[in-house]
Amino acid sequence: MKTLLIGEYRDGKLLESTYELLGFADQLGAETALLLVGSESQLPEYSGTLYLADAATCGEYNPNLHKKLVLDAVQQENPDYIVFLHSSYGWDLAPRVAASLKAAQISEVIAASDGSFEVGCCNAKMRRSVKPATGKTVITIQAGAFPVLQPGGSPTIKKLTATGSGSLEFVGYEPAEKKDVDLAKAEIIVSAGRGIGKKDNVPVIRALATALGGELGASRPVVDAGWVEHSHQVGTTGQTVSPKLYVACGISGAIQHLAGMKKSDFILAINKDKDAPIGEVADVLVVADVMQFVPALTAKLAK
Amino acid sequence: MKLLVCIKQVPDLESRFKPNSEGVWYNETDLAFRMNEYDEYAVEQAVQLREKMGDGCELTVLSIGPDRVVEAIKKSLAMGCDNAVHVQDSAASSKDPWQIASIISAYAKDKGFDVIFTGMQSQDRGSAQVGVTVAEQLGIACTTTVVGFVYDNGTITARRELEGGIKAAVKLNTPALVTCQLGLNIPRYPTLPNIMKAKKKEIVAIPVADLLNEAPLAATTSFHPPAKKGGGIVLEGDVGELVDKVIAILKDKTAVLR
Repeated sequence: MKTLLIGEYRDGKLLESTYELLGFADQLGAETALLLVGSESQLPEYSGTLYLADAATCGEYNPNLHKKLVLDAVQQENPDYIVFLHSSYGWDLAPRVAASLKAAQISEVIAASDGSFEVGCCNAKMRRSVKPATGKTVITIQAGAFPVLQPGGSPTIKKLTATGSGSLEFVGYEPAEKKDVDLAKAEIIVSAGRGIGKKDNVPVIRALATALGGELGASRPVVDAGWVEHSHQVGTTGQTVSPKLYVACGISGAIQHLAGMKKSDFILAINKDKDAPIGEVADVLVVADVMQFVPALTAKLAK
Repeated sequence: MKLLVCIKQVPDLESRFKPNSEGVWYNETDLAFRMNEYDEYAVEQAVQLREKMGDGCELTVLSIGPDRVVEAIKKSLAMGCDNAVHVQDSAASSKDPWQIASIISAYAKDKGFDVIFTGMQSQDRGSAQVGVTVAEQLGIACTTTVVGFVYDNGTITARRELEGGIKAAVKLNTPALVTCQLGLNIPRYPTLPNIMKAKKKEIVAIPVADLLNEAPLAATTSFHPPAKKGGGIVLEGDVGELVDKVIAILKDKTAVLR
């Protein structure tokens, strides 16, 4: 079994998540080759074949060109699986490669066994097992689902080139907004989720954070709704945190949120739904109305 | 100018899910359905562009599924879409993303849409494939995970959301497809006059067999809850007692309460 792993490079740097692809291939017990649109000055610690294209000429986000590069490597390597991270790079490029090959694509894989792949669905409450029906399969793996595997060594480089631009032009990056709170350094975080019901209830959650001597966090829907500022957002598109205590108030536990907080030392979740996926990572799940339980807990702590 | 927005109807994600009789997707009994959240942002963005372009611009909404999806279609019409296509398919949930994309492409291929909007993914399936695959099948430009959208004279300037709060600015020439991320805009609530007006708008029904020419590339073999990892304690009961129990546990298990 052979895999072609598509690494990631952004803003002039090789991304660490590239090594999760090697962790996935290791679990499959598959041979590997790596492809990177990057730079010779940022080579992965890896001793196999590296198909390398130059990001300076091919661009960091140029999906039409990157698709051509991947298809070129697929032709040379003839892999069974073409594997991407399920990231803003991977979910954008993978379907283009799959469509060109008319290959099955299985998205956001969390486990693999026997030619079948496990994926989450229904907001991470349920799982599906999916079997490809094509000779080649395109896969994207969930961030953090597979271990980082950094084998060391230097790759054997095979250079790839492609030309043409298509009708899309990358203009540039905008850095993340300046943070008024650095959640990564907080020892205690109390986060508000959609389950708090309305913006007027945010002070109730903030009061618990204050009573515990911690910071206020929030899930994405709460930030999108404008209840809490983006700088407080925990998750893949916000901050990744690992405090000593994480209190999730009315947060159901979307994959993107869990990825940002599951490494916390101790997780207390309050949710009225006993089956909410946050229960999967919580040390303690309190099944209760968050707007009844949280004020009661705050009051008791203040005594 | 012609615009298309593709929407899916999904169950309320707060629901409890049980496998259907084939064990490969959820049983729809007792589930309440509504428009996929990502698609609400897609519809809003499409309607905003439709309003900006004014007369001579036409916005079509398309949904694939059983009769229940007409509810989501009606909401889109009340939000400001001009007309609708309902691809009638009582077995839509058993189709893979390749087939769903092929149905949309077969409908769109000779219509000359300048911009196609889709959600970034569905909340129930979450494959994030259909939008990009449609663009590939039609051979048009595409970008994904859009949190900013400006159209000017055949060029779209989009902001893509990357990881860690970073954004990327991208320019695309139309015809193009964009997949919309949460937070792109603030989806409007349909007003009563617009709901009434929407009742007069046309919904064209097309049997799925007229548009589907592709076999699935992958099959779901099982739909099941995650294996319980155990370890976590679940506490239920009176709020006062729960508070005492939680404080005792925090004192015992964490160093943050003394």
